[in-house]
Amino acid sequence: MLEVSGLRVSYGGINAVKGIDLAVRAGEMVTLIGANGAGKTTTLKALTGLIRPAAGSVRYNGAEMTGVALHRRIGMGIALVPEGRGIFPRLTVEENLGMGAYCRNDRDGIRGDCERVYALFPRLAERRSQTGGTLSGGEQQMLAIGRAMMSRPRLLLLDEPSMGLAPLMVQKIFETIRAIAADGVTILLVEQNAKLALEICQRGYVMESGEIILHDNAPNLLANPQVRRAYLGEPS
Amino acid sequence: MNLTDKFKANPALLWSGVALIACALAVLPFVLAMAGTTWVRVTNLAILFTLLALGLNIVVGFAGLLDLGYIAFYGVGAYTYALLASPQFNIHLPFWIILPIGALAACVFGVLLGAPTLKLRGDYLAIVTLGFGEIVRIFFNNLSQPVNITNGPQGISRIDPFSIGGFSFNQSDIIFGLNFSGPVKYYYLLLLVLIMVIVINLRLEDSRIGRAWQAIREDEVAAQAMGINTTRVKLLAFAMGASFGGVAGGMFAAIQGFISPESFVLVESVMVLSMVVLGGMGNIWGVIVGALLLSFVPELLRHTVEPLQRSLFGRSLIDPEVVRMLLFGLALMLMMLFRPAGLWPSKVRKRELTEE
Repeated sequence: MLEVSGLRVSYGGINAVKGIDLAVRAGEMVTLIGANGAGKTTTLKALTGLIRPAAGSVRYNGAEMTGVALHRRIGMGIALVPEGRGIFPRLTVEENLGMGAYCRNDRDGIRGDCERVYALFPRLAERRSQTGGTLSGGEQQMLAIGRAMMSRPRLLLLDEPSMGLAPLMVQKIFETIRAIAADGVTILLVEQNAKLALEICQRGYVMESGEIILHDNAPNLLANPQVRRAYLGEPS
Repeated sequence: MNLTDKFKANPALLWSGVALIACALAVLPFVLAMAGTTWVRVTNLAILFTLLALGLNIVVGFAGLLDLGYIAFYGVGAYTYALLASPQFNIHLPFWIILPIGALAACVFGVLLGAPTLKLRGDYLAIVTLGFGEIVRIFFNNLSQPVNITNGPQGISRIDPFSIGGFSFNQSDIIFGLNFSGPVKYYYLLLLVLIMVIVINLRLEDSRIGRAWQAIREDEVAAQAMGINTTRVKLLAFAMGASFGGVAGGMFAAIQGFISPESFVLVESVMVLSMVVLGGMGNIWGVIVGALLLSFVPELLRHTVEPLQRSLFGRSLIDPEVVRMLLFGLALMLMMLFRPAGLWPSKVRKRELTEE
């Protein structure tokens, strides 16, 4: 579904992503893990068209995507949950979800999807007329994911959904991501929390200083001594 | 809002209210004319400024883009009208042709300002727009050489008034036994345009474009992720705001019969912005209240401060202009302390300042 080859991104001479290959097949759950500054978010930005890659190609269902602006991708079935959640703080939960369906015209379908998001996150239903800015971090993350689901995506890109959340909340968010995947949405999850990400995903890529150093099935990665040392806090 | 709920429950109440306001607005110029034609002129200028404030509200209030050079579009509209309907080039086109041209010209300038500033936000955008406003004014001031286009600082005079057939807007006519003086005629025309602009604004606010503006005002990256073409939507805000300014400018030129670069200085931009902020950014009704207050109160002061001083002290101690700025500053300070979201804030702005 998503194929990345030789992707290279540089910020004014500094290579943040040094030619990576990555693939996500339809129906899969794939994670991209790595430490701070490894180039994960930059990779995602290049995948979504927020920044222009210096070289390489990004193909979605066979079509070249470099040069296609972010706002045009939503119509192609790609949704992004941006880093730091990016909810609209002064709009209510309901209005936020409405914005998620900006590109749709089917009033009834939108209504129905709104209820589905509320079913997925009952907490949001309780807070539907509260403004986004007054929600807790976890609730905001729920809102960001729910809002992305409002466009009925086939591919969902998540940028560090666990960032700044309490462990219990992270658990809950990840369960929901798994439930979304079970509904047939393909997922690419960019995460720092390697353990949790590998536990829910089928495959994983490990990124370090702009390069992909490992790529394997999630269980194998979880068992890999190098990964355990570097990301799972195991003593060497 | 409780008031809107009440109106929804009882539409008769709403319509009788509307009818009452309509009657009051229809009679107003004749009442004002009794106090002196000056007051009709003051009202006309107030309506012009309300038009400007509503145009700026699209850029600042709806889309959240701070524009400190808005008066430039007013100037472009005014000069377009003046050049196409005055002895300057001996062109005398009818107003219903020039006003759309003026709106279009201002719109082009709006895009000219918008395009290079797409990536700027907040303070940086404010600085560039401020510079833009000044550049336009300096052009008006200096485009008298080598080819005389704007007539420089002397400005353009003897601009044609509006006229349809033989019906001219700067002569008095007796209609139904009532004396319709020039300013009274303009009043009705301005009122008509104002109502149109209000309706357009209300429709815009509820439209898809309105929602897109709301989204980019809140978070631009997220707005893009929602599928909103932020580039186009921002340019649209600049273009629409500018064309309203252009229409207002054209009418200003016709009503005054004379324009010069002095009418389009930075202070005027600041004044229009103050109207928007004081009234309540983003709320159409608030902006109208702000514009009317800031147009009428200074005039009232002008007519009361000096006579009052004369009767108290026998002579004028403080210049009315000084008193005006003093009170204006005081009012802004009090506003920021007690009603930071404006006199009549929009729902969203009110939320921001009360809940968080």
